[in-house]
Amino acid sequence: MSAAAWVQLAVLVALLAITTPMLGAYLAKVFGDGPAPGDRVFGPVERLLYRVAGVDERSEQRWPVYARALLAFSAVSVVFLYGLTRLQAHLPLNPSHATAMSPALGFNTAVSFVTNTNWQNYAGEASASHLLQTLGLVVQNFASAAVGLAVAVAVIRGLVRRRSATIGNFWVDLTRGVMRVLLPLSFVLAVVFVSQGVVQNLHGFRSAHTIAGATQQIPGGPIASQEAIKELGTNGGGPYNANSAHPFENPNPVTNLLQIWALLAVPFALTFAFGRMARDRRQGRVVFAAMFTLWIASALLAMQFETHGTPKLSALGADQRAVATQSGGNMEGKETRFGPAASGLFAASTTGTSTGSVIATHDSLTPGGGGVALAHIMLGEVSPGGVGAGLYGMLIFALLSVFIAGLMVGRTPEYLGKKIQAAEMKLVVLYIIAVPVVVLGFAGTSVLLRTALGSTANPGPHGLSEITYAFASAGNNNGSAFGGLAGNTDWYNTTLGLSMLVGRFLLIVPALAIAGSLGRKQTVPPSAGTFPTGTPLFTGLLVGVVVIVVGLTYFPVLALGPLVEHLGL
Amino acid sequence: MRRQLAAAALMLVGLTVLCGIVYPLVTTAVAQVAFKHRADGSLIELDGRIVGSSLLGQPSTGDRWFHPRPSSAGADGYDGASSGASNLGPTNPALLNTVAERVAAYRRENGLSPETKVPVDAVTGSGSGLDPAISVANAHIQARRVARARGLDEASVLRLVGQYTTRRAFGALGEDAVNVLQLNIALAKVR
Repeated sequence: MSAAAWVQLAVLVALLAITTPMLGAYLAKVFGDGPAPGDRVFGPVERLLYRVAGVDERSEQRWPVYARALLAFSAVSVVFLYGLTRLQAHLPLNPSHATAMSPALGFNTAVSFVTNTNWQNYAGEASASHLLQTLGLVVQNFASAAVGLAVAVAVIRGLVRRRSATIGNFWVDLTRGVMRVLLPLSFVLAVVFVSQGVVQNLHGFRSAHTIAGATQQIPGGPIASQEAIKELGTNGGGPYNANSAHPFENPNPVTNLLQIWALLAVPFALTFAFGRMARDRRQGRVVFAAMFTLWIASALLAMQFETHGTPKLSALGADQRAVATQSGGNMEGKETRFGPAASGLFAASTTGTSTGSVIATHDSLTPGGGGVALAHIMLGEVSPGGVGAGLYGMLIFALLSVFIAGLMVGRTPEYLGKKIQAAEMKLVVLYIIAVPVVVLGFAGTSVLLRTALGSTANPGPHGLSEITYAFASAGNNNGSAFGGLAGNTDWYNTTLGLSMLVGRFLLIVPALAIAGSLGRKQTVPPSAGTFPTGTPLFTGLLVGVVVIVVGLTYFPVLALGPLVEHLGL
Repeated sequence: MRRQLAAAALMLVGLTVLCGIVYPLVTTAVAQVAFKHRADGSLIELDGRIVGSSLLGQPSTGDRWFHPRPSSAGADGYDGASSGASNLGPTNPALLNTVAERVAAYRRENGLSPETKVPVDAVTGSGSGLDPAISVANAHIQARRVARARGLDEASVLRLVGQYTTRRAFGALGEDAVNVLQLNIALAKVR
């Protein structure tokens, strides 16, 4: 890795070090009980929304009601989005003449954006109208991220409150997340993006007469506005097929660094919000440190693998050395302006945050780099994870960690003074095994089906990686792909759609149930038998538990895919 | 549940108006007023005709032009309507054969000996298929060929290469990159 690559990483870390505490403090106020900054600006619009929806903002919900409201909102969103995908040809704002998506593709797309996954079995330029993009996909980019925020906040309340029957009001949390966090941040970021060259217009294609005498179609669209929330909401679904590799989405290294920051900003900040809401900032810092450790380890590995290149290309006469006049490295599927170091950094960040936007083709990463991306997804949205989903995922792992620590050293399992008992542990186990079951189940089945195997673009172990990556990505609501896999078939559209639903709602419901169950409990004062959770030791334990659980679950398939391919280099 | 569904539908309508209509339209209005040229795609016009975008690569062949990287966008490459990459894995024989052919072709075009190592960006496809840039090393090798074909001295072509090279932002972000379309347009103006 070059010196510049190290500096690039350092700049990003510095940016995060500045914004994480600031944004964390703001989030804690937005979702806290007292007054919040901007009440006078946002209050009237929010109250209008509550009145329209017939919601009483002062009433709180028990967890089953909170969950039902969340599921109702998601169900209505899926139906609306499905309708848009099927009817887009007959609706306005379709300058590029996109046709209706097939029923299976429409289902996949609708579920994908509502679950914050943004897996795309279509190419945006030709297959999605501006209306579908803005009225459907952009709205869900906001809404699905705000749903994640809501769940995270509800889980924090469950941990922090004492003898409380309720965990907040879903409609209020949803609205505040959109109005006070995602919309203002997105607007500012979108304008900065445009100033750097990201397009923002309502055109269809424009024809250019190239210097070689050919014609080139130049795409348009309201891209910057979508780009901002795509990253801030850890969504990842690009308006163009090439996603953030496309120069109109991500024109230069500055926008690129801002995009990586945007992926990580809210998920990391939520840990500090958690510390503040728990009135014990060390608890937040411990969770932050665990997330940060996993993320930076993945980033360094991916950057290292990609800058190193592959011996196979060197043998063919390609010069992959990093020198003053070229980046070198594995450049297949990468952009010149970003190079392999920034591409590795982006790949680790997009897979750690369950975002799924890409600046380099993941299918063409080195076996090591691609393996890091795949394993990072398999960790399950915790490094630092999607907006909201990362925090509640890591808190679930924290509960598992205190339980395991309790078994190992004979301590009573407690977290933030709440006793962790059989009821919670059953839900934790459900949370942790739901995704591996669908990922490995569907991936294993696909390997046995000839039609499903036929969708792979690469032979040998890489084909297995393509299939595994698809289901790991869908099940963990990531959305990036080993894009060679031809996913637009009835089999993949359906099974990937189901994986996304399980990976979203079969995790959210247990998480909310845990919040409800813990919220009802009284706290117990720490005793000599309490395992302290505000120390670096607990960070280490947390990282260890995440890595071991995932390692035990997925190591065989990682060995047969990326590892075998790496050994064959 | 029915009450929640009604609230859900109405809330979705409200959020759709805010995030799906107001937000993109306000952003578009601000963008069009403040940064019209960039918001429209950084288009380059020559004699009143759009020749391309400074952000998008486009094909150019023949000895007189700098060549962009190989592209998998569309059937012939650099198709603005279908961005995308090869998606070939690092050990796929299809990728290795293609790279071997590209290495041979690049050496032939630029008069390099069969042992010369070729800049990796010249023989691999980009992520978007619309990469506007090549590495400086790649541009330096092509400069000799272009200078000879146009009857220019190599130093002046290299000066142009330097002029259209974007250095790493703040000396650290991304990589140095030579914009092929802008360079070619500048060349055409010289001779």
